Amino acid sequence: MHNRSKYNNSKPNRKLSLWEKLYLPEIARGLLTTIKHLFRPKFTRQYPEEKWEAPAAFRGRPVLVMDDNGAERCVACGLCSRVCPPLAIEVQASETELLKERFPVRFEINMLRCIFCGFCEEVCPEEAIVMSKDYELVFTKYDDAIYGKDKLLTPKKDLQERLDYLREMRNSK
Amino acid sequence: MLIEALIKIVLVLFTVLTAVSYLVLLERWISAWLQDRIGPNRVGPLGLLQPLADVLKLLLKEDIEPSQSEKWIHWLAPVISIVVAFSVLAIIPFGSSIVLDGKSYSLAIASNINIGVLYIIALTSVGVYGITLAGWSSGSKYSLLGGLRSSAQMISYELTMGLGLVSVVMLCGTLDLGGIIQSQISGGWNIFRAPLGFLLFLISSFAETNRQPFDLPEAEPELVGGYHTEYSSMKFALFFLAEYANMITASAVMSVLFLGGWHVPFLNTFGMDPNLMAILGIAAFALKIFAFIFFFMWVRWSIPRFRYDQLMNLGWKVLLPLGIINIVITALEKTYLLH
Repeated sequence: MHNRSKYNNSKPNRKLSLWEKLYLPEIARGLLTTIKHLFRPKFTRQYPEEKWEAPAAFRGRPVLVMDDNGAERCVACGLCSRVCPPLAIEVQASETELLKERFPVRFEINMLRCIFCGFCEEVCPEEAIVMSKDYELVFTKYDDAIYGKDKLLTPKKDLQERLDYLREMRNSK
Repeated sequence: MLIEALIKIVLVLFTVLTAVSYLVLLERWISAWLQDRIGPNRVGPLGLLQPLADVLKLLLKEDIEPSQSEKWIHWLAPVISIVVAFSVLAIIPFGSSIVLDGKSYSLAIASNINIGVLYIIALTSVGVYGITLAGWSSGSKYSLLGGLRSSAQMISYELTMGLGLVSVVMLCGTLDLGGIIQSQISGGWNIFRAPLGFLLFLISSFAETNRQPFDLPEAEPELVGGYHTEYSSMKFALFFLAEYANMITASAVMSVLFLGGWHVPFLNTFGMDPNLMAILGIAAFALKIFAFIFFFMWVRWSIPRFRYDQLMNLGWKVLLPLGIINIVITALEKTYLLH
């Protein structure tokens, strides 16, 4: 019965002192503890009004990086689509006059399938798809859950924090 | 006479029912504050319309009757609980008396009942029938266990409660609640004259109202919900209502018996209008009740539930002997100190 594990270093059958056996003083001590909390600052976050700002390491909704010239970085190589474990990404490639020669005509992520693993971001050779800080995903229809290029394209300056974070992580390896 | 009584009944019932629904909100607030949370604040300003939303929700719920239940008793049990909880209020003096048009009206529905204390003890004991019958008639083992625990708990703690009361009756020499208050006005509050009696009565009040740490009849982690596991909709709401109404009555009874009821010390030295003094008395009484209710809630969110054998140990081996000792002490006090 006297097995003391390393996680529990309290003495098992400690003899209570007379003061503790009286019980009421200990009750009073407990009550004092709780009443102190009445005057402490509250932990509650009033969610829809007070929103949580995620750190750069947060893996939220995956988005496509839009460069300053207004075009996506993506060259439609299809690696993200290939690596995606739940098969959420669909890419259709086409040619373009730009230097990168290829671009996705269609780029769709099914947000009901996405598991926020970040493999697409990891595999992307162009740093074209990254995880954003957006965690508020609500849809009422199945069709709304499939995000096309219109919803995925995000200006580079909004994602700078994440891009810097990725670079830092890659260089530290 | 009849109209006077009716007006008082309506006033008291209305006040207490409103208070009860707001006590539920208060309980949720206090639980939140003691846990560093904010608590309900969405329905209406500061969440003050929350009780309304709760009641609406309960009203719209389906009333499920278990197939194995004793229908008639299953229906009767919550009624007993609520009736008992409210009938104690009939003899509580809320204030001294108000003079209107040269006629004096006492501020109690039934004043000068010469067996007041006995009436309270008798009725609170009937309250246990509501819970026990609810547990038995539900046809569920959890409910049955809850009901059994409730009756065993009541028997153990009613004794202590009675013994605590005996000291009050000895000191005041009357069973009439008005008389008890008068005796406290002249001789000092009973909490100072019989502190041990007060402590015993307070502890057994927790058991009597099924509040933590003595809420074994409910004990949701072990018994799902105890006696009200099989209750839903308004029948469940009645039990809920009864619990909070019981808290009010227990607080009111304790205020009357030990804290001098509506008495405010040194108030009569200012030479105020008697009607104003009566109103201040009502306010003081409400404040005392509120203090007790806050204490009930504070304890609920601080102290964990007793184990069943601990409860019985405490009741029979500690509180009962203390109660008997208390009577001896009070007798000695009465013979040697107060003369």
